[in-house]
Amino acid sequence: MVASGPFDFDLCSRNAYLESKGVKPPRLTKTGTTIVGLIFKDGVVLGADTRSTSDTTVADKNCEKIHFIAPNIYCCGAGTAADTENVTGMVSSALELHRYATDRESRVVTAMTMLKSHLFRYQGHVSAALVLGGVDLRGPHLFTVYPHGSTDSLPYATMGSGSLNAMAVFEEGYKEGLDRMGAVKLVARAIRSGIFNDLGSGSNVDVCVITRGKVDYMRNYEYLMDKTVARETPVVYPPGTAPVLKEKRWKINSTRPSEAAAGGSAEAMDVS
Amino acid sequence: MAYQMATPAHSAHGAPRAHPSWSPYDNNGGTCVAVAGQDYCVVAASTRMSTGFSILKRDSSLFLQLSDQLVIVTAGFQADSRTLHKTLQTRYVQYQFAHRRPMSVGAMAQLLGNTLYYKRFFPYYTFNLCAGLDAEGKGAVYTYDAVGSHERVGFSCQGSGKDLIQPVLDNQLKAASPLVLPPEEWMTSLPLAEAVDLVKDAFVSAGERDIYTGDAVEILIITKEGTRKEVIPLKKD
Repeated sequence: MVASGPFDFDLCSRNAYLESKGVKPPRLTKTGTTIVGLIFKDGVVLGADTRSTSDTTVADKNCEKIHFIAPNIYCCGAGTAADTENVTGMVSSALELHRYATDRESRVVTAMTMLKSHLFRYQGHVSAALVLGGVDLRGPHLFTVYPHGSTDSLPYATMGSGSLNAMAVFEEGYKEGLDRMGAVKLVARAIRSGIFNDLGSGSNVDVCVITRGKVDYMRNYEYLMDKTVARETPVVYPPGTAPVLKEKRWKINSTRPSEAAAGGSAEAMDVS
Repeated sequence: MAYQMATPAHSAHGAPRAHPSWSPYDNNGGTCVAVAGQDYCVVAASTRMSTGFSILKRDSSLFLQLSDQLVIVTAGFQADSRTLHKTLQTRYVQYQFAHRRPMSVGAMAQLLGNTLYYKRFFPYYTFNLCAGLDAEGKGAVYTYDAVGSHERVGFSCQGSGKDLIQPVLDNQLKAASPLVLPPEEWMTSLPLAEAVDLVKDAFVSAGERDIYTGDAVEILIITKEGTRKEVIPLKKD
């Protein structure tokens, strides 16, 4: 079967049949998530927690949810981890080629339009809920993009399972024309509210500040909690706990790869 | 709108009976552990009460402390747990009036089993451990399913963190079932301090990966001197 688009649907009917017979489909890794963004005096601040979950277990305690789109645009992702990663990756690649062709800085609306067309085409099955922010020639922009392809342009926005906790903080603390310090503090407080009150969110706070011509990506801006107790009598496995069944030794060739290459006839790349 | 049954309970052709669209059950999470030693019993439970992705309470106790030698600890559905604890507390008092002596762990274990099985076809959605010291002063732990099947064991774990903690206890305490033939040593020889250390570590680790285990862990240490309580904080995210 010839694929007509980015996905291969070959196994859909087989899987539907298996599911009707009671076979459980695999669990997807969701980024339970609190993600937020707001517009301040000279740009946009994005924020995210770092927990990703698979059902009720934590799959990753320090994952990255603020994705690169273009040098002046970043995007927070909530929903199925694979979808947010791939959809932002696809748009990022397309925009890079677009910049080569046009020799102009990417616009935030372009990224937003590409995201919504893709998501609308797949009718919500690509489950990515995004907060897109950046600064272009028309100034700072902030958008939310829903899994079905609808979008909003907002001065402050939240998404994910912790969106209500974070929005409560924004509604209480947001003012127009915040300075950078105030904006970053408010974003961190909104994410913390998600981390402590929403079980789908947790661990650390990531913050990304985008201003004209400058991006400040602060990975683990706040590292929140260490383990509360350390073991007083650690478990020590003495040598030989796992018995050695077989032993084999190799002589490793000590020639460095660069020396080997120097001896051969390296051909210069054709760049004409 | 008031709830109504769509069809009568028995239709003429034995068609399936209509069920309500809501569930009378909820899962409020929480994890409990009990370890029996030669002359002690360590019982621990996390204090977070949740529903879905929300935290309802950060300091909710899972214990029913009947005496300083006997405790029941319950994870699962908090409303059922409350009802069950109320019933058991009453029956515990009645038993002592009727028999004029304190109730043994074995007697309480059987009573809990019977109480759970009494609701076999509309069960209490609870996962219990019954722990204390037996007549010889040895640690005793009984573990249950929701409908009252129970067994005396050397240690056990129930609740949302069970899948994470039970295999670690199996590995560290290596106790056989007391029913196995020929009889094997099934009670851990670990000193009390090390058992408490192991239990703390189990909860800290489960708190890292299970979203329903966190906030704090209450530890009851039962010896012939009585019960001592420790509260250890866990991560709050």
